[in-house]
Amino acid sequence: MSVRGARRAPAGLLVGAGVVAALALVPLVFSTYFTGAVASRALYVGLAAASLAFLAGYGGMVSLAQTALYGIAGFVMARLIVQSGLDPVPAALVAIAVAVAFGVLFGAISSGSEGIYLLMITLALGVITYFFFSQVTAFGGHEGINAVRTPSFVGDPVRDPQPIYYLSLACSVGAYVLIRYLGGTAFGLALQGVRDDPVRMRALGYNVRLHRTLGFAAGALLAALAGVLGTWHETRISPGTIDVSQTIQLLTIAVIGGLYRIEGAWIGALLYTLLDTYARGLTGRFETWIGLILLAILVVSPDGITGLAGSVRDRVRGRRARAAPGEHPSESLSRPAPLDPTQVTR
Amino acid sequence: MTGSGTRAALARRAPAAVALVLLAFAIAWVGYKAFGKGFGSTGNGPQFVVVALNGLSLAALYFITASGFTLVFGLLRVVNMAHGALYLLGGYLALDLIQHGMSWVPAALLAALICGAVGLVMQQLLLRWNQGQDLRQALITIAVAMILGDQMVVHFGGAPQTITPPAALAKSLSLGVYDLQYPVFRIFIMGAAVAVGVLLWLGIRHTRWGMVIRAGVDDRAMTSALGVNVQLVFAAAFFVGALLAGLGGVFGGTALSLAPGEDDKFLLSSLVVVIIGGMGSLPGAAIGALALGLVEQLSAVYLPAQYTNYSILLTFILLVVVLAVRPKGLFGRPA
Repeated sequence: MSVRGARRAPAGLLVGAGVVAALALVPLVFSTYFTGAVASRALYVGLAAASLAFLAGYGGMVSLAQTALYGIAGFVMARLIVQSGLDPVPAALVAIAVAVAFGVLFGAISSGSEGIYLLMITLALGVITYFFFSQVTAFGGHEGINAVRTPSFVGDPVRDPQPIYYLSLACSVGAYVLIRYLGGTAFGLALQGVRDDPVRMRALGYNVRLHRTLGFAAGALLAALAGVLGTWHETRISPGTIDVSQTIQLLTIAVIGGLYRIEGAWIGALLYTLLDTYARGLTGRFETWIGLILLAILVVSPDGITGLAGSVRDRVRGRRARAAPGEHPSESLSRPAPLDPTQVTR
Repeated sequence: MTGSGTRAALARRAPAAVALVLLAFAIAWVGYKAFGKGFGSTGNGPQFVVVALNGLSLAALYFITASGFTLVFGLLRVVNMAHGALYLLGGYLALDLIQHGMSWVPAALLAALICGAVGLVMQQLLLRWNQGQDLRQALITIAVAMILGDQMVVHFGGAPQTITPPAALAKSLSLGVYDLQYPVFRIFIMGAAVAVGVLLWLGIRHTRWGMVIRAGVDDRAMTSALGVNVQLVFAAAFFVGALLAGLGGVFGGTALSLAPGEDDKFLLSSLVVVIIGGMGSLPGAAIGALALGLVEQLSAVYLPAQYTNYSILLTFILLVVVLAVRPKGLFGRPA
């Protein structure tokens, strides 16, 4: 396994560089509308979904509180800019710090639980955050906060989406590299150990709750970054941005892309944004169709698009029979397979 | 006992001590606000009685809804995220039936039965073949909730609607204290919650079916091997769970209102109730519902005026404190 991984690593790097180069050309090739409404939105939504995929893939924690953390960052920044007159960049930094602090708090609350218990607790935390922002007038109540200023290097995202696109691209690439790097560090390996066998890790002397909480902090950082980018892109934020249907939308995106695949988050976000932009007009009941798509994916291939591609590739290579039971596509939702063998053996 | 041992014991007990201090402070605060000016009818006593009754009737509504949620979870290990959608569906169906000329009681029963049937179909089609994959099942019910929620907007519109209570229950009852009147329907909900709780308790503790259910919870494979049709028991439990969600929706739609978003609200309340009470525990659901209902109603009135908007935070604090002291909930058992 490790030999194959070693041979594959430079190839992976090349593919990655190619993808980034192609993405950098998007604003030059496509229209302004596509760059703004589809491409940059897909990048920051993908970043938010990646925070979910990171927690699910590396920590075994499917958290439904990521939209809440996105919202906390967005609302805190918007309030600091609009009502306190702070410059956008320091406001964003403060907002990210606040969101990470809440990530630690949410992590500390839910780290005693696993699996569906954690899913329930994080959903409860997410819904409470939504009700908080829709009731508290200091954050604009139901209206939210409008006319959020962006930093000068972003400009007006509606007229010229190119700067926010490149900023989102840089943040997404940075987040992806950070996640892959984190996965190989002592902390990342311990987190994956906690995911696979918390009892054994506890017996080995690891603080399971602390690792989960720190994982939540890292996930919160990604979600907060997405919240800042999203709020700049829309120049506004309202409680509707973080309600239950948005939480489910983020989960749908992560599931479409393959819940335990980091790169799948952006693939899922791109597909979702394309559907949202071009197919919403075709049907009056967009939510129903998205629900049906989510249902179909969960029934047919719970590993999503990337999982489907992987299982087809495995079948072509005839390695399917050798896959461990836990790695079988239809069962892997209950127990994630190791993400990349090279990361565990390194 | 060494010093470090004592310190560790103290550290373990610290969250419980903090929780007790918080509880004592909350009771003292409410007590001061309610009876600080004496017990006469000129003080805030009458208001307290009404608010407390509102809290209890809300708790009753939460209990009826959440008991179905906790029943399904306790037996099938399925977190039914479509529970809130089934709640709203029950309310809308009853509303529709009543608007077509049916009277309240048969409409309520029929709506609850249809909800039970919808839940049963969902369980048979989507959840039966992937038992044990609990996360996948939870995500499947989320997808179902999304579809149901959107379709309900199509069929029943987005404007808030209310079911007219039956004529016999539409009156107000004199309470006998402070010359207060209270809607009979809300007292009826409290009675219904007690009836649901007692029936479920008796059914699970003292009937053959209940015995089979408890055996199925403890060891599904062994119960099945002993010749019990476990699948039939599971289907029945899911039917009853969904039926209770629908029944809750009828009560909620009559006492409060029906609108898109209420499904999320009652999914949240069911989640919080079972997280506080311990998942799968019926007494836990009762305690959790009481805690949530009272905290919501009392905090809306007794928080200082400028903080009333923040009352949702008290629900959050309630959740945090309970999880800090008992990570599995008050009546939770280790899985």
